[in-house]
This record gives sequence, structure tokens and C-alpha cells, in this order.
Amino acid sequence: MALREDERPRHRIADRGSRILGGRGGGRSLAIATISTVVVFGAIALAVTSAPGWEDVKEAFFYGPEFRESFPDILEKFWTNVKLFLLAEVFILVWGLVLAVLRSLQGPVFFPLRLLSAAYTDVFRGIPTILLVFLLGFGVPGLQLTGVPTSQFFWATVSLVLVYSAYVAEVYRAGIDSVHPSQDAAARSLGLNRLQSLRHVVLPQAIRRVIPPLLNDFIGLQKDTALVALLGVVEAFRQSQIEVAGSFNYTPYVATAVIFLALTIPLTRFTDWLISRERRRRR
Amino acid sequence: MTAQLRLEGVSKSFGDQRVLEGIDLAVEEHEVVCLIGASGSGKSTLLRCVNLLEPVDEGRIFLGGEELTAAGVDENQARRRIGIVFQAFNLFPHMTVLDNVTLGPRKALGTPRARAEADATELLARFGLAERRGDYPDRLSGGQQQRVAIVRALAMRPQLMLLDEVTSALDPELVAEVLRVIRELAEGGMTMLIATHEMGFARDIAKRVCFLDAGVILEEGPPERIFSSPEHPRTRQFLDRIIEAGRL
Repeated sequence: MALREDERPRHRIADRGSRILGGRGGGRSLAIATISTVVVFGAIALAVTSAPGWEDVKEAFFYGPEFRESFPDILEKFWTNVKLFLLAEVFILVWGLVLAVLRSLQGPVFFPLRLLSAAYTDVFRGIPTILLVFLLGFGVPGLQLTGVPTSQFFWATVSLVLVYSAYVAEVYRAGIDSVHPSQDAAARSLGLNRLQSLRHVVLPQAIRRVIPPLLNDFIGLQKDTALVALLGVVEAFRQSQIEVAGSFNYTPYVATAVIFLALTIPLTRFTDWLISRERRRRR
Repeated sequence: MTAQLRLEGVSKSFGDQRVLEGIDLAVEEHEVVCLIGASGSGKSTLLRCVNLLEPVDEGRIFLGGEELTAAGVDENQARRRIGIVFQAFNLFPHMTVLDNVTLGPRKALGTPRARAEADATELLARFGLAERRGDYPDRLSGGQQQRVAIVRALAMRPQLMLLDEVTSALDPELVAEVLRVIRELAEGGMTMLIATHEMGFARDIAKRVCFLDAGVILEEGPPERIFSSPEHPRTRQFLDRIIEAGRL
């Protein structure tokens, strides 16, 4: 898995770090780490603050009173992002799994289903999310079909589900492929049918293995909830635009970024922790 | 007496490669038949064909007088009557020993959980695994894992057991405990078809030994005769190599 390869060097450094800090000579390493950190970050801070335009930028992006004033409103609208995320998430998990299972079906009878699933993932991974949001969000309500929802929130959710389920289906599929065929053979030899083997033997092992990469996709999804602003739904990003338009100060954007980070960083850390725990287990 | 298992002209190819060539074989009820032969001679494929894990290209397979290879036979139904134990155990790593053993009865036979667990516990106890029922497979030794795999197959109350080189993946000191279990099954009257590299064991336990070479049964007969005076030069050559390696 590519992911594991990427993670390895960083993990090794972390390992060595903790060993050094815990063992003899730990004080010296700690001192070096502290000094080098202070030097590097100090240099960056100095370079930024001594830039000719720094005073203007500081005023426009980091204006304290504006931050305090816009923050509560943006945070309130951020609830829309959270709702969108949670709702889309449920459908993505289920629909992605259906797609992956369809694609993993063996035998010539299921060829049309495999083809459909493959075409689906190709198409929806290939369209920029922002385009799909526009196409569905403005296109479908424009048809004025009776019985079809015209809510922009609805179509924004649908767009994200379509795109992310394609990615998630691929993640699931990698997990299903990683379960050795002998596991299925063992289940089938007990007289379990295809579906029972999938349900009780293959999927439980596959899903366990792909939880970290799934979480990675959800970090992306959390950020992409801001795309619904393009349809006129007032969520955190749209609210910050409104604030900026009222005060001609860009600080609300920074406030929005802070709110997003407050949600994505814990999830990112948690994902990394899961990945390293999984690796330790397999060793 | 009708044969419990009968193969008629079974052939199987993987692509261009002919793996089994017109195999005729019968295993009587309560009989133990051992398949010997070099790696790649088709022993494993033969067992997988009997269990319908591999579809045969030609020929027919009968179990208790009923043809398994006939059109319209429910292969899931057929597999429930045949137990198979694999070289690499193939236990389900995400389930406890007890769940490994009860999965088949519960899902394939519809046995209620309480009943299936009681039966499984009894079987595990019989093979010295009672203490292990709550453990996950990775906590068990290879020998214990393979015994659990045997119990898992037995829990389906099969009419026939297929053993596919069940000791080949084990450390030498763990082989005996698994062979002891198989011996016990044979004494209990279990009908078995066993692919094995343990020649001494085959000589002890088998009523008949079949020598497979390049997908063909070259020679078969009682173990005393096959091991002491093989007729076919290929069989002699194979056994000479086994003796040379100190395995007989």
C-alpha cells in the first residue's frame, strides 16, 4: 500500500526521537531540537514581519476586533458544514461499499454490474468536485421537475456523495483485494454462500484494514463542504465572505480557517495514530 | 457396498496446463486413502475439485451415490457434507476460536447459536482446545491452529474429510499433535482422503495409498505394497528420494 510506504520514514524518525529523548543523552537532543526550532521559526517570523507590506497585511488579515466580531457568526454557520459533512458521510460509507462489492463480484454473469461500478468510479473521480456542485446545484433545480427537490443544500450533499463515494469505493476495493482468497475458500468450504462469505469473513477483515485511508478521505470531505457556498448556501465560508464585504477586512477568512483547522487537525492526528498502531500490530 | 466418494475420469486444466488427467478413484465408507506424490503432481487440485472449490473440466464426482458435478446441484449444499482442512490453516483471524468453529453450523446449517456453541465447546474439549475457545488464532501455536481448523471442519458433521498437507506448514515438533488428531478421527471411522508428505504416517493410517504423478494416478494399493515393492519406476524413484531425505 502506497500509504504505508509514505508513512514509514516519518515513523522511523519519530521512533528514534522518542528513544533518544527517553534514554541517556536525552537532555542534549532536547536542547538541540529546541534551539533549531527557535532558530528556524524565528527566522521565518522575522522574514514575514520585516516584509515591506507586513503592516498592511497584518491590518487586513489579523485585525483583532474584526476577528472577535465575526467569529461567533461564522462558527454558528459552521454548523451547516458539520451537518452537511455528517449527512454526506453516512451515504458515502454505504454507497461506496455497495459500489466496491459490485465491482468485486466474480463470474461472467456480473460483468454488467462490474462495468457499471467501474464506469461510475472513473467518471466521478474524474470530474472536479466544484464542477459537479455547479452542474447539479444549478442544473437539476433548473429542470423544474415536479417531485425533485430544488434545495441547494440537497444537491450540494448529492454532489459530495457522488464524488466521495467513488473514492471511498476504491479504498474499500483495495481492502477487499487485500484479503487473501484462501479466506473466501475457507468460508465457502464450510458451505457458506458467496454473500455470507463476503459478509462474515471478507468484509470484516477488509474494512478493518482500510479505516485509516477512509478517515483520510473524510478530512478532505470536511474541507470540501465549503464548496456549497458556491450555490448560495450560507455556511461558514459564505458567512465569512459576507462579513468581509461588510467591513472590507479579510480577517473573517482567517477566522474561518481557524474553525476548519479545529475540526480537521484532531481527525488528522487520530488517523495518524490509528495508522501507526496498525503498523505496530502487524510487526 | 457403495463407495462414499467416487471420481470418474476427472480432468482439470489451468490454462494450457493439464493438472489432472482422467482420475478414477473411489473411497469407501470409513476408509482412509492417502495421496502421495511430488509437489505439483495435482494432489491439492484433486482435493479442491472434490470440494467443488475448483470446477472440473471433465468427469464426474459422486458423494454417497449422488453426483456433485451434475447440473443444478447446489454447491453450497454439497460443501456442507465435505470437510476440508488446508495446509495454511486458513482460520478467520478476526474471530475467536469459538466463532471460527461455529460460523459454519450457524450460517450454513442454521443451527441456533447456543446449540452451535455447546457442540463446538464439546468438540474443542475433545481435542484439548477447551481453554482456547475465547482466543484469537494469532495467539495459538501452529499445531493448535491446525487442530482448530480440523475442529471447524468437523463441526459441520461431514460425511467425508479432505486433508490437504495439513502438517506441511508446521514446525517439526508440532506435527505429532496434529497427526494424533487425524489418527483419532480414523479410529472413529471418519472417511478421509489425505494428501500428505508424511510417508510414515501414510503407511500407518492409510488403507490405500495412491501415487500421483503429473496429474495421473500411476499406482495404487495397500501401503505395505506401495512402500516396499512399488511397481512403477516413477513411484520407486519418488520413494528413493524420500528415503534419501530421511523421511521414511
